[in-house]
Amino acid sequence: MTTITPLDETNKVQVSKDQEHEDHRLFGLVAFLVADGMTFAGFFAAYLTFKSVNPLLPDAVYELELPLPTLNTVLLLVSSATFHRASKALKISDSKECQRWLMITAGLGLAFLISQMFEYFTLPFGLTDNLYASTFYALTGFHGLHVTLGAFMILIVWWQARSPGGRITSENQFPLEAAELYWHFVDGIWVILFIILYLL
Amino acid sequence: MTFANSPQANQVSPSLQPKGWLRYLSFSLDHKVIGLQYLVCGFLFYLIGGALASAIRIELSSPISDFLARDVYNQVLTLHGTIMIFLWIVPVVNGAFGNYLIPFYVGARDMAFPRLNAVAFWLIPPAGLMLISSYFITGAAESGWTAYPPLSITTPAAGQIIWILSVLLLGGSSIFGGINFIATILKLRRPGLKLMQLPMYCWAMLGTSILVVLSTPVLAGTLILLSFDIVAHTGFFNPTLGGNVIVYQHLFWFYSHPAVYIMVLPAFGLVSEILPVHCRKPLFGYATMVYSIMAIVVLGLMVWAHHMFTSGTPPWMRLFFTIATSFIAVPTGIKFFNWVATLWGGRISLNSAVLFSCGFIVNFVLGGITGVALAQVPFDVHVHDTYFVVAHFHYIVYGGSVFVIFSSIYHWYPKFTGKMLNEHLGRFHFVLTFIGFNLCFAPQHWLGLNGMPRRVAEYDPQFAFVNQLSSVGALIMAISTLPFLWNVIQSAFNGDVAGDNPWQGLTPEWLTSSPPPVENWQGEAPLVTEPYGYGITNEELAVEPSINDDIQIPQDK
Repeated sequence: MTTITPLDETNKVQVSKDQEHEDHRLFGLVAFLVADGMTFAGFFAAYLTFKSVNPLLPDAVYELELPLPTLNTVLLLVSSATFHRASKALKISDSKECQRWLMITAGLGLAFLISQMFEYFTLPFGLTDNLYASTFYALTGFHGLHVTLGAFMILIVWWQARSPGGRITSENQFPLEAAELYWHFVDGIWVILFIILYLL
Repeated sequence: MTFANSPQANQVSPSLQPKGWLRYLSFSLDHKVIGLQYLVCGFLFYLIGGALASAIRIELSSPISDFLARDVYNQVLTLHGTIMIFLWIVPVVNGAFGNYLIPFYVGARDMAFPRLNAVAFWLIPPAGLMLISSYFITGAAESGWTAYPPLSITTPAAGQIIWILSVLLLGGSSIFGGINFIATILKLRRPGLKLMQLPMYCWAMLGTSILVVLSTPVLAGTLILLSFDIVAHTGFFNPTLGGNVIVYQHLFWFYSHPAVYIMVLPAFGLVSEILPVHCRKPLFGYATMVYSIMAIVVLGLMVWAHHMFTSGTPPWMRLFFTIATSFIAVPTGIKFFNWVATLWGGRISLNSAVLFSCGFIVNFVLGGITGVALAQVPFDVHVHDTYFVVAHFHYIVYGGSVFVIFSSIYHWYPKFTGKMLNEHLGRFHFVLTFIGFNLCFAPQHWLGLNGMPRRVAEYDPQFAFVNQLSSVGALIMAISTLPFLWNVIQSAFNGDVAGDNPWQGLTPEWLTSSPPPVENWQGEAPLVTEPYGYGITNEELAVEPSINDDIQIPQDK
């Protein structure tokens, strides 16, 4: 369809200019994270209700080992801090420093996933053993999925920051900011999950 | 080229007009194209859902299951409910009119995230086709649109899993849409336009989108757990494996009660746009309308367990949810009286749009009254899962939302196409719909009070006559679709030319050409701070004198 003549093309550009608006992508991401957080809230509510209404038989109750999940918590919290260092480095246009901190963050995320896998293999119960076991795997698995996605995001951001003339500069920080916000969100969810699942 | 200074700032050159119907089958990023895609797609699903409803009514015109086998009946009623809610009403009152109107109302050229918008729409057709094809391939889900376990775990798994997948896709679409509306309304407003100057539909969509973003993810999470129960044989909601079905009900209704407001709040907004234009009066009580929408949003999130009064709910919970639910009648009543006061003493032109809006007001107040009745535990325990409940919610979602959808089509069709609809056919459509609807659903109150259970293909022979009456009503409703279809199709080709502003409306969508150009305006977006300033002669009195001097006009402020 050749309905737009060159004249209109110029008009359109001109018209678009006086309506150019700020970047609202971060706002959209925040709204999405609220929605995502509600999914977790639903899972947490289900878990707490199961726990109070459907008590398990005494022989089906396991004490969870705390050292490994505590290590996981520390890994994620530190990774939040290193991500923050990366974005601070980008703000002063230190691309090399930013890439280094991004790599460290991705490494910590990967370490979390490996450690989580290790916990899965050493736990004395499987997915379908009982209600508690199913909820445990559903909650940690759903969170692990988020960590995996977040790690991929960090690697993409790292790649973008690395390539010369890449998409991430101190002027265009959106991909990095988005990934950072998401990563902090995933860490925050883990802290709540750790308290509800392991400590309560 | 300086458009803003030209006297023809709002006259759009023909070459900027959208052309070619193929755009409507493309991944277009234009909010108006996407809005109409939602509308037409939703209407096609409405025809399918309506055919299923007809099948249900034919089956129920005799007490034995002769027209449909019992399991087929269950599949048909599941598909009917799912299609009508997730593929017709929710996408149309939110997606269709929201996408078309909200950017105009906030003075923007498009939604905040056009690409996300197109993605949200294009999730719908595959989800709908998947859902419907499941009937032919594996057999559709049989557990109703609520998919309560253990029923949904014990009925054939394939259909149920396809149902879950398609509802997850539709939920995703709904969430993307909600995020987009919130960002557009809060962030994309034209400079100088204040929140309290927005047309009411913006407030309705803001409230609805908050509900969508807060509650839909909970349904998604719940359905993921349910699919684990079906596929991996976990026991979240399976009592034989130590699970708890009540938790499913709580999580399900945490979404699905707000879903009622997701279907009806936008309808409130649309009626509030339509009535002032055709009554030539400002919308009565703008601020109270805004506050009551927000009150409904807050209350709507904390009343879900009134669907569960017979699920062994503890007494304190029954008490809490009865009181909270009854409170919703207050903001809803405020809105009802505001619409009546808007009509009062106005110079009403009784065209199809107004007739359908008035039909909405009548039906909705009836559905609202039965709603308050159902919120009372002693009454609800008596009529739970009977045809009384079926009658109640059809008065809300059909008598309420669908009447408003038709009203809105009559009101905005000139803007969509540049052509007028045939008024005679429109009024004929209204009369058929109104009579058919009330004949179909009013007798069902009686059936329910006398104990006829819902969702069963067979019933006690003593109910046969009233059921046949109801089926005649359904037949009239089915016939009423024909004049409407003929009207919208032939008016697109042969209708009178509408002009830019056939109703002399003041809201921004009327201040551009019909159909509007890509990016909505050639010059700057107009700043409309008085979207309802009809009949204003001076600043004090915002109401035109009534035709009938005996009538006291209620005055706003």
